[in-house]
Amino acid sequence: MGINHKMENTKKQYWKGLEELTKNPEYEKYADKEFPEYLPVGEEAEGGTGASRRDFLKLMGFGVAAASLAACETPVRKAIPYLNKPADVDPGVPNYYASTYVNGSEYCSVVVKTREGRPIKIDGNKLSSVSGGGTSSQAQASVLSLYDKERLTAPELGGKKVSWEDLDKEVIKQLSSAKKVALVSNSVYSPSTLKSIEGLQNKYPSLVHVQYDQVSASGILSANESSFGIKALPSYDFSKADTIVSFDADFLGSWINPTLFSKQFAQTRKLSNGKKSMSRLYSFESNLSLTGANADYRTAIKASEQGVFVANLYNAIASKVGMSKVSAPKIADSAILMKAAADLLKTKGRSLVVSGSNNENVQVLVNGINSMLASYGATINLNSAVYTKKGDDKEMINFIKGLNAGSYDGVIFYNANPVYDHAQGAQIATGLKKAKFSISTSDRKDETAALATVIAPDNHYLESWNDFEPVAGKFSFSQPTISPLFDTRQAQESFLAWAGDTASYFDMLKSSWSASLTGDIQAGWDKLLQDGVVEKTIETTEITFVGDVSSAAQKVSTPASGLELVIYENYSVGTGIQANNPWLQEMPDPITKSVWDNYITVAPKMAEELGLVLGDMETQLVSLTVGNQTIKAPALVQPGQAAGTIGLALGYGRTNGGKVANKVGVNAYPFIDNTKGFQNKSVTSGVKLELSGEKYRVAQTQTHETYMGRENVVQESILSKYKKDESAGRYHPMISTYSGAKKPGTISLWKGHEYPNHHWGMTIDLNSCTGCGACTVSCQAENNVPVVGKEEVLNRREMTWLRIDRYYSSDAPEGDLTAMEIAAENPEVTFQPMMCQQCNNAPCETVCPVAATNHSSEGLNQMAYNRCIGTRYCANNCPYKVRRFNWFKYHDNDQFADNTSMNNDLGKMVLNPDVTVRARGVMEKCSFCVQRIQAGKLNAKQEGRRPVDGEITSACASACPSEALVFGDLKDPNSKISQMLKIKEVENEKGKKDLEVTEPRAYHMLEELRVDPNVWYFTKIRNKEENEA
Amino acid sequence: MYVFYVAMLKRDIVGHKVLLKSLYPLLHLQPLKKGKLKLMFKNTSFNSIGGALNRVYALLLSFILIIVLTPAQVSAQDDGIPTDEAVIASGEKLFKANCTVCHAIHDKVVGPALKNVHQRRDVAWITAFVKNSQKVIKSGDPYAVKLYNEYNKTEMTSFDFENEEILSIISYIKQESSKNPAAAAPAAAESGDVAAVTTNQGPSPFVNVILIVLTVILVLILVVLAMIIGLLKKYISQKDGLSVEDQEIASQTTDFGALVKSNAFLGLVAFIFTAIVLKSVIDGLFTIGVQQGYQPTQPIAFSHQIHAGQYEIDCNYCHTGVRKSKNANIPSPNICMNCHSSIKTESPEIQKIYAAVENNEPIQWVRIHNLPDLAYFNHSQHVDVAEIECQTCHGPIEEMDVVYQYAPLTMGWCINCHRETDVNTKGNEYYDNLVELHAEKSKEPMKVEDIGGLECSKCHY
Repeated sequence: MGINHKMENTKKQYWKGLEELTKNPEYEKYADKEFPEYLPVGEEAEGGTGASRRDFLKLMGFGVAAASLAACETPVRKAIPYLNKPADVDPGVPNYYASTYVNGSEYCSVVVKTREGRPIKIDGNKLSSVSGGGTSSQAQASVLSLYDKERLTAPELGGKKVSWEDLDKEVIKQLSSAKKVALVSNSVYSPSTLKSIEGLQNKYPSLVHVQYDQVSASGILSANESSFGIKALPSYDFSKADTIVSFDADFLGSWINPTLFSKQFAQTRKLSNGKKSMSRLYSFESNLSLTGANADYRTAIKASEQGVFVANLYNAIASKVGMSKVSAPKIADSAILMKAAADLLKTKGRSLVVSGSNNENVQVLVNGINSMLASYGATINLNSAVYTKKGDDKEMINFIKGLNAGSYDGVIFYNANPVYDHAQGAQIATGLKKAKFSISTSDRKDETAALATVIAPDNHYLESWNDFEPVAGKFSFSQPTISPLFDTRQAQESFLAWAGDTASYFDMLKSSWSASLTGDIQAGWDKLLQDGVVEKTIETTEITFVGDVSSAAQKVSTPASGLELVIYENYSVGTGIQANNPWLQEMPDPITKSVWDNYITVAPKMAEELGLVLGDMETQLVSLTVGNQTIKAPALVQPGQAAGTIGLALGYGRTNGGKVANKVGVNAYPFIDNTKGFQNKSVTSGVKLELSGEKYRVAQTQTHETYMGRENVVQESILSKYKKDESAGRYHPMISTYSGAKKPGTISLWKGHEYPNHHWGMTIDLNSCTGCGACTVSCQAENNVPVVGKEEVLNRREMTWLRIDRYYSSDAPEGDLTAMEIAAENPEVTFQPMMCQQCNNAPCETVCPVAATNHSSEGLNQMAYNRCIGTRYCANNCPYKVRRFNWFKYHDNDQFADNTSMNNDLGKMVLNPDVTVRARGVMEKCSFCVQRIQAGKLNAKQEGRRPVDGEITSACASACPSEALVFGDLKDPNSKISQMLKIKEVENEKGKKDLEVTEPRAYHMLEELRVDPNVWYFTKIRNKEENEA
Repeated sequence: MYVFYVAMLKRDIVGHKVLLKSLYPLLHLQPLKKGKLKLMFKNTSFNSIGGALNRVYALLLSFILIIVLTPAQVSAQDDGIPTDEAVIASGEKLFKANCTVCHAIHDKVVGPALKNVHQRRDVAWITAFVKNSQKVIKSGDPYAVKLYNEYNKTEMTSFDFENEEILSIISYIKQESSKNPAAAAPAAAESGDVAAVTTNQGPSPFVNVILIVLTVILVLILVVLAMIIGLLKKYISQKDGLSVEDQEIASQTTDFGALVKSNAFLGLVAFIFTAIVLKSVIDGLFTIGVQQGYQPTQPIAFSHQIHAGQYEIDCNYCHTGVRKSKNANIPSPNICMNCHSSIKTESPEIQKIYAAVENNEPIQWVRIHNLPDLAYFNHSQHVDVAEIECQTCHGPIEEMDVVYQYAPLTMGWCINCHRETDVNTKGNEYYDNLVELHAEKSKEPMKVEDIGGLECSKCHY
């Protein structure tokens, strides 16, 4: 059996991981098995010590007796109504409130679904132009953080619980007597919060406000100040860019505002309906990021080479537009860079160059390039400043120096945890001993709060009032969706109290906004809260580039020769603020597909040099030394990792984050290099890596489900071919019959189904999907999907209904091992969301001995848990491997304490009451969010109308920032999905009406099996040149 | 005659609270045990277990009743109140539109019961009071002042009626007063308890009678046949010169011992026994978790019979979610307080609600209808969209003093209804296309089953 997938027409090679590419024997052992997961049955039988027939009978007898006894005693259940029912809360009817998710510099305007006053689900606010109606995985997961058992339940003074009055008295006393106080926070972009801090400063003039960001953009801020005289982070509009060049700016994953950028980028990548043009993305980076994975041309460069690459690009463009060149060393292979320069110039005014570097000089060069390309005013808007990353690295470094010099009497940490998430965290910890007092408003006893003398815990954002201005003139609001669960107080409320202001924060917020309203103030205020967003016009000023590029070019570092460490922010845990959220910990990283760990990513070649031997999800611990710091972390071989670099993710290695967060990974923050006066995530000197010899297992999910070497899983082509033939890249399998080869759709054993009412379907555009993973967390929240923990993932028993398969591919011919090896250094990447395909001729349905899975008249492959007896035949027969078996009882089970949404009373509040929590021993799978379908239908029936397109959508589709997933009714000719698929009604040979999909890009995965899914994939089209494809 | 008394009595118990109250001391019964009382009489009417004692009670009670009712029935005199049908009808309309918020004919609601009000006060006084009660009270009228104080100084709204209109209302009240318990009669006649419901569901009692008679006849025939055989055998054996074959027949005896020991017989018995045991085990297993008839004691003795039956309060008034939510909602005390802030404030049961509100402790009702978590049921789909009566699933709730689970709430019961019930498609655009498609295929009305009402994921997800 061929393991590598190939496609008939392109001869491309696809592989899911290096294990598959190198035909690792461990991998092959599992790949050939129908059920690769660990099965306890066989082991016991082989060992001979397992259960005997007698034991079985005993157990069965006991089981029957226990079951009947348990069933006889019906427990008395209580029905407890409200004492005074709030007028707008009806048990069983969800309410939706517009609010804003903010976590450090992560921002998302959201709509919160509440049931019986409990927030249970977060969705994007479609009215917001700042987050574009999409969500990130972190925003999706934030609802579980509300019900975190590790949150502080009361204010603390010197480690003892006190009342707020006592705390206020003590704090006021200390603040009044202090000579100098600092308020340390992440970027604050809430106008009213800033006002409350100002109030505090007015009362205590010695108070200084220090802002820092975990991942700062202070390089861009300083560069813009020197280039344009405006110290601001500009708004970027990727939707207007035809050529994008990114130097390590992971704008699709973590850079500034990935949710909006994903949407904008996807707009330029959507084809069909006559649109045959798309943007081209060049990426130059060290670690394989989401942006690199989605790039048409990706070049792996060392972090220290970035400046030189930028300078060379500057020169290439400058020479064409007649500007003077800057001094820059030559680079060895500049073909792709020159190509990028040519493309940028070709699309002048519709081009965009971005860099993730925090080096001011690199950013000045980038500004120079963008201004030569006339990007300002087109794809970059400096007037509409972004406020989510205001932190000035120098300010924070100065504060730490001052703290250690004993010049601060006290520090207020406003929702900031610099002891953990700042490079000099250890210095802050020691410096704090010199301060007389320290106050933390953290929601938990985190690394910083544990050292604070006073803890005044803040509310969760879902319990708070607030306003935000993430982008100049674009405001949004937070409103409480639940009363505070604990005796916590909003931090702004504390600031007001400490400033001696008796007004509540809500009053202050409302009065300041009322001032800007005209007409009926209450109605205007209500509208603000209902929409959650409001925009004001901003003044625009003319921008001229006055940056000194030549001196910047001189200061840009020259390429280093040693090993380089590139620290990055991943897409699940991010900066680590929400590290105690198990949904995020178990969300597979889109690139490495690993869960519950961070690791050192090493290039395949380097792994070979190190002598790293890999097993099935097994690797070795390596010790990483930078300067005088050494840590041990697992090494993970990552295709696409630039030679001479290694990567390490932030957000792990918490020591006081909570029970879920604490045991996971290593802390990368201390490695951040602040020696040059700015936060530098690339360490370019003094990095050493040694094999420790200790074995370690990293749980990776990608190779868990295999299609048994079947073809046409991914179908892709390039733009030039697509322009000639819209079905380019499509694979048309034929079935051999006695009367010749036929299309799979024309022959069938099946009678087919009639769908008189609805026919639900989904399209997944592989061109739009960036792999961000917001859909997977959304699915987990909506459908009560349990978290199983690292051990169980290692046993290949993850429960996620929706997974995103990540494929590496290359054009190297099969069998050419040298070529493949080169390809593995920097492969192409494809993301493919995979859930139950809701087959019309479902193989799972026919093999179920108890008809627990069967077909509905709306095209759904329905799963009745209570009927299931757990034979797992269905999982066996599913060609897509999307069925999940409940090996354990994951709820109310101490063994799965990490599954916090089902194992404590607080966590359980997040469960969706409309979806069953599954029991042990049953199968489960994606239901197409049938509960949402039913609710939408009922809503329409009650209003005596047909459902409107878009009213009913699945959790994954509603979470998707790039609108790659579209859910809808195929029977509705006006629905978006029908339009996208270009559905025509045809008569089949039996004279029945059938739907025919005529969109040339749409394909069924594994079409030759004729299972006739209701999910269509749209071919991936890369914007590459033909000769290179 | 006897039946008539019982029927009258039942009507009174259901419909006439004041009268009922006066009966309690006589019967040495507490008001709470009314349900038992009703059941007792129901038994008498069925002529079954009730027994002589009940009959004596009933007779005794009916005599008492006649005595109590007599004065009311002898009060027909001419008082200038019109008896014209049209006037009474217009009076009824006015009464229902304006007065029922606070008044009932036979019961104290917010204001006093208006039964025979024309006998207590003259028309002029009533007219003046209705037009402006405060004026009458301020004038120092002793009756008006007494009434005002008695009803917690609740002011009656002034009505701008014409004198004729007020007269028509009085005429309606007069007519209603004379036929006092009529309103509740149909409900009482229809009432059935759990036992009645279950017998209705089984085969008719006649079938059993016919079967028993048939069995008796068959047994008799068997006996007669056996006797004939015996007689004939005796006759043959007395005869001489019988052939060998005849001799054999004559000397033949039935060996029951051998029959009992035969494999065929033992096998048959074993089969029947096993079948019976299996059947009863399976039947028994099917009833596990089925709580039909479950009637727990509630923390507050709330009676649906009084609220839904007697006062005909719409279910939706208290169960606010029934048309818009999955849950019908158990009313929160603030709904109770809409009326009970002034009605029956002294009742110990109502006091419990006050206590709950004051102590900020929610009332912990015992949940009666427990669907398993794996089944999703939505009230609004059934009540709002399908317009199904509450009683279809909850039974005669308006007669339940203490609510019990009427339906079995098993999946078979749900499915059966989905098989038999027509979809309420009238005026609902959602179903238009489905109705059209169904009409092409079948002449039968469209059942829930026809549009996927039996599919798993309609209820299980």
